[in-house]
Formats: sequence, structure tokens, C-alpha cells
Amino acid sequence: MSGVRIPSDDLVVGRPLPHESAALHVTGAALYTDDLVARMPGALHAHPVQAPHAHALVRHLDVTPALAVPGVVRVLTGADVPGVGDAGVKGDEPLFPTEVMFHGQAVCWVLGETLEAARLGALAVEVAYEPLPAVVTVREAIEAQSYQGGMPRLERGDVESAFAGAAHVYSGVTECAGQEHFYLETHCSLAHVDESRQVVVQSSTQHPSETQEIVAHVLGVPSHAVTVQCLRMGGGFGGKEMQPHGLAAVAALGATLTGRPVRLRLSRAQDMSMTGKRHGFHTRWRVAFDDDGHLLALDATLTSDGGWSLDLSEPVMTRALCHVDNAYWIPAVRVNGRIARTHKTSQTAFRGFGGPQGMLVIEDVLGRCAPRLGLDPAELRRRNFYREGQATPYGQVVRHPDRAVTCWEQVLETGEVARRLEEVARFNATHEHTKRAIATTPVKFGIAFNFTAFNQGGALVHVYKDGSVLVNHGGTEMGQGLHTKMLQVAATALGVPLDLVRLAPTRTDKVPNTSATAASSGADLNGGAVLDACIQILDRLRPVAAGLLGCAARDVVVYDGRVSASGGPEDASLTWAELVSAAYVQRVQLFAAGFHRTEGLHWDSSTMQGSPFKYFSYGAAAAEVEVDGFTGAHRVLRVDIVHDVGDSLSPLVDVGQVEGAFVQGAGWLTLEDLRWDETDGPQRGRLTTGSASTYKLPSLSELPDDFRVALLERAHEDGAVYGSKAVGEPPLMLAFSVREALRQAAAAFGPEGVAVDLASPATPEAIFWAVEQARGGGVPPGLEAVVEGAPGVVPDQPGASAPPVVPASEELVPAPGLGV
Amino acid sequence: METGTAPQVRVNGEVLDLEGTDPCTNALDWLRSRGLTGAKEGCAEGECGACAVMVARPDGVGGTHWAAVNACLAPAASLAGREVVTAEGLGTPEHLHPVQSEMAVRGGSQCGYCTPGFVCSMAAEYYRADRRATPTGADAGADDAGAPSPAHEAPGPNGFDLVAISGNLCRCTGYRPIRDAAFALGFPAVDDPLATPAEATSSAPAPCRVEGAAGSYVRPTDLAEALRLLGEHPDAVLVAGSTDWGVDVNLRGSRAPFVIGIDRLPELRALERAPQHLELGAALTLAELERGLAGEVPLLAAVLPQFASPLIRNTATVGGNLATGSPIGDLAPALLALEASVVLEGPAGSRVVPLDTHFTGYRSSVRRPDEVIRSLRVPLPLAGLTAFHKVAKRRFDDISGVAVGLALHVEDGVVARARIGVGGVAATPLRATSTEAALEGRPWTEQTVRAAAAVLREEGTPIDDHRASAAYRRAMLAASLVRLWAEGGAPEAVHA
Repeated sequence: MSGVRIPSDDLVVGRPLPHESAALHVTGAALYTDDLVARMPGALHAHPVQAPHAHALVRHLDVTPALAVPGVVRVLTGADVPGVGDAGVKGDEPLFPTEVMFHGQAVCWVLGETLEAARLGALAVEVAYEPLPAVVTVREAIEAQSYQGGMPRLERGDVESAFAGAAHVYSGVTECAGQEHFYLETHCSLAHVDESRQVVVQSSTQHPSETQEIVAHVLGVPSHAVTVQCLRMGGGFGGKEMQPHGLAAVAALGATLTGRPVRLRLSRAQDMSMTGKRHGFHTRWRVAFDDDGHLLALDATLTSDGGWSLDLSEPVMTRALCHVDNAYWIPAVRVNGRIARTHKTSQTAFRGFGGPQGMLVIEDVLGRCAPRLGLDPAELRRRNFYREGQATPYGQVVRHPDRAVTCWEQVLETGEVARRLEEVARFNATHEHTKRAIATTPVKFGIAFNFTAFNQGGALVHVYKDGSVLVNHGGTEMGQGLHTKMLQVAATALGVPLDLVRLAPTRTDKVPNTSATAASSGADLNGGAVLDACIQILDRLRPVAAGLLGCAARDVVVYDGRVSASGGPEDASLTWAELVSAAYVQRVQLFAAGFHRTEGLHWDSSTMQGSPFKYFSYGAAAAEVEVDGFTGAHRVLRVDIVHDVGDSLSPLVDVGQVEGAFVQGAGWLTLEDLRWDETDGPQRGRLTTGSASTYKLPSLSELPDDFRVALLERAHEDGAVYGSKAVGEPPLMLAFSVREALRQAAAAFGPEGVAVDLASPATPEAIFWAVEQARGGGVPPGLEAVVEGAPGVVPDQPGASAPPVVPASEELVPAPGLGV
Repeated sequence: METGTAPQVRVNGEVLDLEGTDPCTNALDWLRSRGLTGAKEGCAEGECGACAVMVARPDGVGGTHWAAVNACLAPAASLAGREVVTAEGLGTPEHLHPVQSEMAVRGGSQCGYCTPGFVCSMAAEYYRADRRATPTGADAGADDAGAPSPAHEAPGPNGFDLVAISGNLCRCTGYRPIRDAAFALGFPAVDDPLATPAEATSSAPAPCRVEGAAGSYVRPTDLAEALRLLGEHPDAVLVAGSTDWGVDVNLRGSRAPFVIGIDRLPELRALERAPQHLELGAALTLAELERGLAGEVPLLAAVLPQFASPLIRNTATVGGNLATGSPIGDLAPALLALEASVVLEGPAGSRVVPLDTHFTGYRSSVRRPDEVIRSLRVPLPLAGLTAFHKVAKRRFDDISGVAVGLALHVEDGVVARARIGVGGVAATPLRATSTEAALEGRPWTEQTVRAAAAVLREEGTPIDDHRASAAYRRAMLAASLVRLWAEGGAPEAVHA
């Protein structure tokens, strides 16, 4: 852009604008997929028949009783599939399974004139099951050696020598639970066959292109016969990246077979029992420190709970392994990953995508070892930060490590942490039954899809003759403010007022072959593509303007809808509309397809080495908590955050992302409690916290009493869209500050310097047992004690025959024989 | 033919016909089928508030006020005679309501799915007639170490009580901008048409009969008619706030051909003070009970704010909570400690059953199928030392792992009478009689407390489940008594 006349502090990007749909949200006028049903006369409703076993063979399936139920129109079974009956891209997710792999899996779908008819029809379907033994927990899977997919290893340095020579070696086990996405909008698809015989699917999907591909392969038609549209989603958080595909395919199948629109909306209970969640992880680790508390070596085996199919478990594991270092320099590292196959929902992407689970390992290690090393946990953390020139275990040089330091120091300073620590000490000395603590933790998070090919984005920008602008791009809006940012990027790039630009819903027939709106990359990839399209258009308009203004094309400036010559007289200017109109008459193309590929990335997952990330996002948080010694209940009194989003494209949006991610992370770590029936009873494998009344997410009462978020200043990121950085995922991991503060508050009930183990999630009960441990009651139930002494308990090491991640990267391609 | 007027409801100012609506069709689905898709289904069990709408209700002093309720739980037919306002009725994208405007400009919506419900809960509080500016607002509750009050407990400078929106879940924002929006609100303009709900609502019984293809919803005129209907329709379901049955309908497929709405029977809505007892009408909502008692019964004043969410408390009733017989309902442990009795009304007249003999098993009681709970009786005088301790994963709007109601009469340093109700440790709420015995007649000392706590630890038959382990439940039973001692139960406080 030629920007000589543009006041750089008054671009449309960088303004703190409300969400572009805010006025629609608050009035109930914003439409979501399920709101469209009322506009689709004659729509049928789909209801699943869910298996009541975690693992079973379907011996017999009789749908005829359902067809006798008034209002039932059809029952969809595997025999109806004209194409490939698989809901995934790896060939391991049969759409109509003959072997039930988790409790609640749909074995067929009933279509009814009403949802009630479909529900009653589903009750009438007769299914004979032959129950089989089920693996429910990760520990059971480890015991049974029940794994799936690759077993990657990430290694650097001479680990054994590092342990042999270390002053302090500790070993232990860290487990964390998964997390239900609990997007307020459950999965929904609405399919119909349009007047051109095209299959159109409205879907709550973060990945319309892949939804399109799956629908096409299930129907046995080319992708060009299917269009997927996502208006907006009521939250996604990764849960709508892979999971919508099969549901959309069922709706589309129903629509093609009946000729009527089909609506498939999961109830909350269905959504929770059928769709994947964040992976729980089990990690056995040993760690070495020198006498000063410097990390020397980490040896760990991370086992994720993958559920019944592979889904995104391999890339999630890759990211977990790439984030066990968080912000810390660990000279010698050996981390193994393996994916347990359990008879549960197929765990999937969730904000952070393995990063949180990987980082939890090192934060838990530091939190548990600090008292054993006789060090303040914050000092231990600070001492191990990356320094300029150091590289991650996977070989990427850590650029801007000073930003972690800046965030950290700014949090301590603006949060007045030193003064407040004294207050906490005074408070704890005078309160027997209540204790407080402040913990500070850093975040370093790599931005880009690990798998290089996904780092591309597309856009289609139209300028109409009246000067109005319509922007399409490949990203989906799920509340993260992507569309708001794209409007700002387009308005800034073209130099027009924001109200001249409109965003069209995300559709696969406008921008094809898109990547998922995921990995925090939405604004980077689609912003790059929108920018590219706008620059193309402006480059075509500039000569037209030059001719009209009598100046050189390079001197044309477009700003706020005015077109003028740099250095020319003020009154010699055109309006944007005049320029566009003139360009049309001169037969200049007024629309452009934009494309963006992130440069400089490479990754080899056979060696687990490379530079997979465009940049790192940094942040730091200081959390103060108060723990009730009677119950283990806690309050978060105050949270201070400094987070690096580069030059913010949209500060109100970015602060909202930071706050929301933090609270969601705190929910994962302290409240949200996925429990499956692990007994040998008839309900084995059922999700026992599968409803809003049993699975609690943060409510207003979990909002920190005092919540202060600052965006790091002077944080321009070269080579990114207007200097901005991604924001969706990284701040979630700032919530480790809450967990570590809870650990320290629990410790405050015991003697000075006591080490405390804390289960995750740190529910009141878990904290209560940690308090009891501090008081002298031993290790909390379900946890394994940290063992001291060289060489430590060596984690399981996969043998030489451990399978690599297949294909040798994060690439998701159809398995052989799947066609398409 | 029973009495009844034409079943109509006024929604956003427009009178709509309810005729033909099935009793199991909830208000949310009904509104959405009318094209009002602003209200959303997030959970269908009254836990998330995405379906919240405003309903005009009698305010108990002759007027009306707005109450936000979960539309997913209310039978659509029960709206007959009501006035309802949804997010669409508050404002339009071109003309935002003040609540909508504050939410929009402050980043109070991200994905927007929970937003219409939030807006309705917030608007109901915005219009609360006794909301007053409190200039010192959030600072008022700062404690000795200077920590701010819990975010949701102190009213804003505009008097906004955040509890009003605590039954709405947002998964995106982390709530800070929503809190800011609430605290930024001014007061309704004098000509605001919503400041006073229209005439459509009064405290009258509003009898109605709504016939649908799958059944009928009937709201009788009085208790006698209700009992007669119950006799004629043994399969009838009695519904007051429908916050429990609505969940069964939505999640467990419960259906009923005949539903009797008893929420507005005048006989069930008494709140009376007799010399020997308080009479609490079974059809009083928990919100009405909280307002009506105004702290008169400290133990109930401790329970009610912890009972579910305001969206639920605006419709759930005292009698309904006991009628469900849930072992984890919060009211029963407190009422057991208060030695309450249940007044049952049947064709043969009324009888009074002490609450501790009311429950007979998991979700069952001595109430006969032809009886209705008319009221609760709480004997006077009240115990001087009471507490309610609820242990759950989330501080508010969660179901108890353990709930303990404690009521002690301490006279001259001796525990003269002790009543302890516990929930979550057996198939029914029950009295901790062994613990009571371990306290009564003993000096009120820490030693007594410790000894009795050891007894309380062993009461009931707690189990391991997804809410808590048995070991934790036992520890919490014991802790409840120790906490009572530690937090204001010391002798000087008792005598003060």
C-alpha cells in the first residue's frame, strides 16, 4: 500500500470495534443454522438410535417397527449409502457402524415429519447387540496396550547423560482430564437439494471444505455437486472442526433420498454423548535439575485418550509434544507420544489442540518440584525462560523470547505482585481456615498448523459499480470476531469506510479448498488472502485514478473513501465511487480472488524436527486465589494478564478472546469434570456428566473478582497482517496461573515449604485432598507420589517398531481405498 | 367442562393464540415455531439460560414486574394469560434497547448464541422497581485484606444485582464485558413502555384450558377444582413451575395427556405468620419466598440464594421442590433442620405430615396420588444458631454433592435442641439423628463439636458418584459442624 498520507494511527484496523454482528446478536436477529428450519417448509427431522453399550456388535437391526410409527418417513441405515460410508478422512469412522465403539454411538437415523415422530421412531427401532469388553480409561488402555496411530518421539540432546550427572532427579505421573466444548449451539445441519440438483448443506462447521468433501464421498458425488454454507456458529472451540462432517452427511443423505430438506440438530445430551472432546492425557515423566534449579533434562511419555477413532489425535499429540517446553529452555529432551484407543467419543480438536496438555506437564512438574528444590515457584519458572538464540526441542529458533520476559515483568509490576504477596502472607498468618496465594505463569505458543500444507487461505473480494464491497473468505465465524477483523482488513486495504464493506456467509462455492478455521490461524490466513485480493484490485484502480487525477499511479492515495494524489492539491480528489465507476467503464476488473500461503514453514514429522510455526505468541498471568480449608472451594480474587497479540487488528475482539480463553482454561483446570462410568456395570462407558446439570462450566460466579487484561504494546509482528498475531488459543494456557495458585494456597495449610500434588481438574474435592496432603495426610487419592533420586522412574519407551505418524506429517488425506 | 378463558398470550405486544398446543410443547419450541428464533435451546434443562424470556408476574403488592424464566421448561400452554417479551421485543438492530446497546458496544456478545437470553435476564433486572443507584457500589464489600467482593455478590453502582444474570451461561466472553454492560446501565425512561407490564397480567388465578392433539393443559380456578380434576384424571401430572417435570419432558421423554397447572391457585400461595408457625404456600416461587420472608428465617435466607439460578427460582416452587423428593434438593435439608411439616390436601381433607416422615424412598413420599401439597409449616420460635452448608463443584447454580442444614437451640451454654438435615448422603434427605443426640444436652464447646462431627461423618450411606466421592462426602458432613462452630457459632455469638 502507498500510505504516505495515511495517518497511521487512524487505520480501520486497530480500532476497538464491537463484533460485526453485535446488534444482531443482542436482538435475537442473528441467524444460526437451526434458525433456518422455519424458512424451509416441509423439513424432516432426524433422530439417532444410540447404542447403550460402550463396545458391542450390532447383530440385528430391524427398522420396520419404526416405520409403523405415525410421522416416521424413513430410517437411514448403512444400506442407503451410495458412496463411502465413513464420516472421517482416515477411513476409521463408519457412518453406520456394525461394531459399536462407544456408549451412545448412533447406529442409524430416523427421519420424521416432526422431531417427536423421529424420536418415537428411534425408540421403536429394534437392535440386537452383542456386548464386548470395553476399554474405558487411559490407564486401562496402557495396561492393555490399546493404541492407535503413530507413536512419535521428539528428542534432543543426550538425555541419559543429563540424568546421570544431575544434582536433582524427580519422577512422577501427571494426569489431566479432557474437556467438553460446550459451545452453546449444539451441532446442527440442514440439508436440501436445490433447484439445480445441487446438494446444499447449512452446517455449524469450522471446516466447510472438509464437510463438503465428506458429504460428497458419502453421497458418491464430486465435490462440485455439494455446497456447504456456515452462516455463523454459536461457538466452536475446535469441536466443530471434524465432528460436523458425519452429521452433515446424514442430513444430506436424508435429503437426497427423500427429496425433502432434512434438519439434524443434536440435543445437548446427544451432542455430549456423541461428539469428541479435548483429550485427557496421562504422562509419566522424570526431570533433572541442577543445583540452581535449571532444567537439565525431561524424559516423558505422553499418552492421550484418543477415544474410538483417530480423528485429529495425531496432530493433537504432535502439538502437545511441541509444547512440553512451554517458555522454558530444556537442554535435553525426550518426549514420546502415543494415542490410547478407548471406547469413548473420538476426542478431537479443542482450543489449544494438545498445547495445553503438553504445557500442563512442565507446569505441573515445576509446581511440584519447586518446594522440593527449595525454590519459590515463580523464581524457578523465571530462571528457566528461553533466551535469545536458543531453539525449541524440535529445532525452531525461539524468536522474541524477550517478549515472554516483558509480559512477565509487566504483570508483576502492574499487578503489584510483590506488595500483594506480602498481604497474602499476612492474611494467611491470621486466617486458619482460609488461605490465599498468587502464582505467575508464562505462555509461549506456536502459531500455524504444524502440517505446512494447511497454512493457506483464500478470499474473493467484489467491488460493485456503486463502490460497495463484498468480501468472501474461507474462514468461519464462531464468535471469535474473525469477520470483524476481515471487514477491518478490507476497509483498511482498500481505503474505504467500514460501512462500504459487507461480509458474505462462508460458502464452499465462493472460496474452495479452505483450511479449517482453527489453530488460531483464521485472521493470519484469511486476512492475508483478503489483503491480497484488495491489493490486486487497488493495483488495477490506481492507474485509472492516476489518469483522472493527472498524477503517477504510485502517487495515488485512497483513504476513507477519498482518492487523491500524494502531494497534490487537496481539492483535486475523487470519491471512491467515482473511481470505481470510471474503472468499470474502462473495463477494469473490479473483483479478485486472493490467496495467502504462510512462508518459511517446514516440518518433518518422521523426525519431529523443523520450523512449523510462523511465530510464537507470548503472555503471562498472575492469579490470586483463596481456598476454603473446610471444603476445598475457591475464589479467584484477581487476575492480571499481559498478552502479546502483535499490533491488534481489533482490540475489543482481542481482549475478549484473551478473557474468554482464560476463563475457559480455568474451567478446564478447576471445574469441568468429564466422568465416564468406569464400573463393570451395565452402563460402563457412559458419560455420567453428560448434561448441563452434571457438567459445570464457568458461570458468572467464576469470573475473577478483579480481572485486568493488557495487550503487550509495541508488539508489531513483521510479515503478518498489519503486524498482528493470532489470539484464539494461546491465552487459554494463561489459566495455569490459577491452578498453580491453588496448589500454593493448598500448601499454605501445611508447614512452610511443603510440596503439594493437585489433581486436574482441581475441583473443590481435589483441592480438599491437596489441603489434607499439606496438613500431613499423604498424597491425594488417585495421584502418584513424586519420587526423588537418580535415575528416576524411566517412562515407557516405545520400541524401535513404534509406528510413525502416518502419513509422515500432519497431513490428513483419505486412506487408500476410500476414493475421493 | 372446567372453567377457562380463551387461551391466549401476549408476546412482544401481539396477542397470540395457544389453542391446539400440546401440554408437552415447551414455550421455547412454541416461540421458535412462531418465528421468534431469538431465544435458543442450549441445554433444554434450565441450566444455561439461552432460552430466557421475560414474563410479567404479580409483584405481590398489587402490581406486576418482569421475571426472567427459562422458556425451555415452561409448558407453552402455561403462558395463557401472561405477557411475554423476548429479545426481539426489546429492540431491533436499528433501535437497540439500552440493555442491548450496552451489551453490543462493550463486547458482551461473541458468538451471540447465549446473548438473547442474557439480554432478557438483564432487562428484567434493569426494570426491577426497587433497583437504586448505590454510589459506593462494588467497594462496599471489600474485606479486611482489601480483596474485592466476589464479582457477583456486590451490586453495581447502578444497583444492578448480578445474581439476576447468574443463571445464564456464556462460553465465549469470560463474563467481564457482560458484567461491565450490566453495571453501565442507567434507569428506564419515564415513557419506557416496558417499565410497567401491560394489564394482561394480574395475580388472579387465570383459569384456562388448552387442548392439544396429545393432551390438555388445565389451570383450575381453585384448589377444590384441582382436587376434582386430579380425582377424574389419575394419570394427570401436577405442574407448578415445571422446572423438574420440564426436564423430564425434554430429556427423558416424559409425556402426559393431562396436565394440571397449580401454580396460581390462591390456596397454595399463602405466606402467613401464625403464633406457632409460619405457613409457606406450596405454589410460592422460591423468588417470592425469598422476597416475602425478607430474611425472617435466616436458614432459608442462606439456602435460597444458593438454590439453582434466579431463572429457576422465578418459577420453581416450594411445594414442587419437595414433591420431586430428590435426595439432593437443597430445600429439604434446611426444612428438616427447621422441623417443618407438610400440609397435604386431598378429597378427604387435609393432614399435616412432619417432613422427616414425608420421604419414604428415592423420589417417593407418603403423599397419595390424589393429594396436593398445600403448604409448608415452619414451627416457631426458630433456633438461634443456624447454617446451611452446600458443597458442589461450582459455587452457584450447581447441584449439591452434600447439603447440610443445621439448627441449634443453645441455652445457657448447653445445646438444648439440635436438628440437622442432610442431603446427598442417602436415597432421601434425612435427619442426622445420631448427631443430634450427640449434641443435645451437652455443653456447646469445641470438644462437643468435634465429637459430634465424628458422629455426623458416619451418618447416612454416601456413595461415590460423579459429584463427589463417599470419602469426601463424609469429610464434608463433619466439616459442616466444625465450620458452624468456627464461623460465628462460638458461645459469645450465640448469646449476642
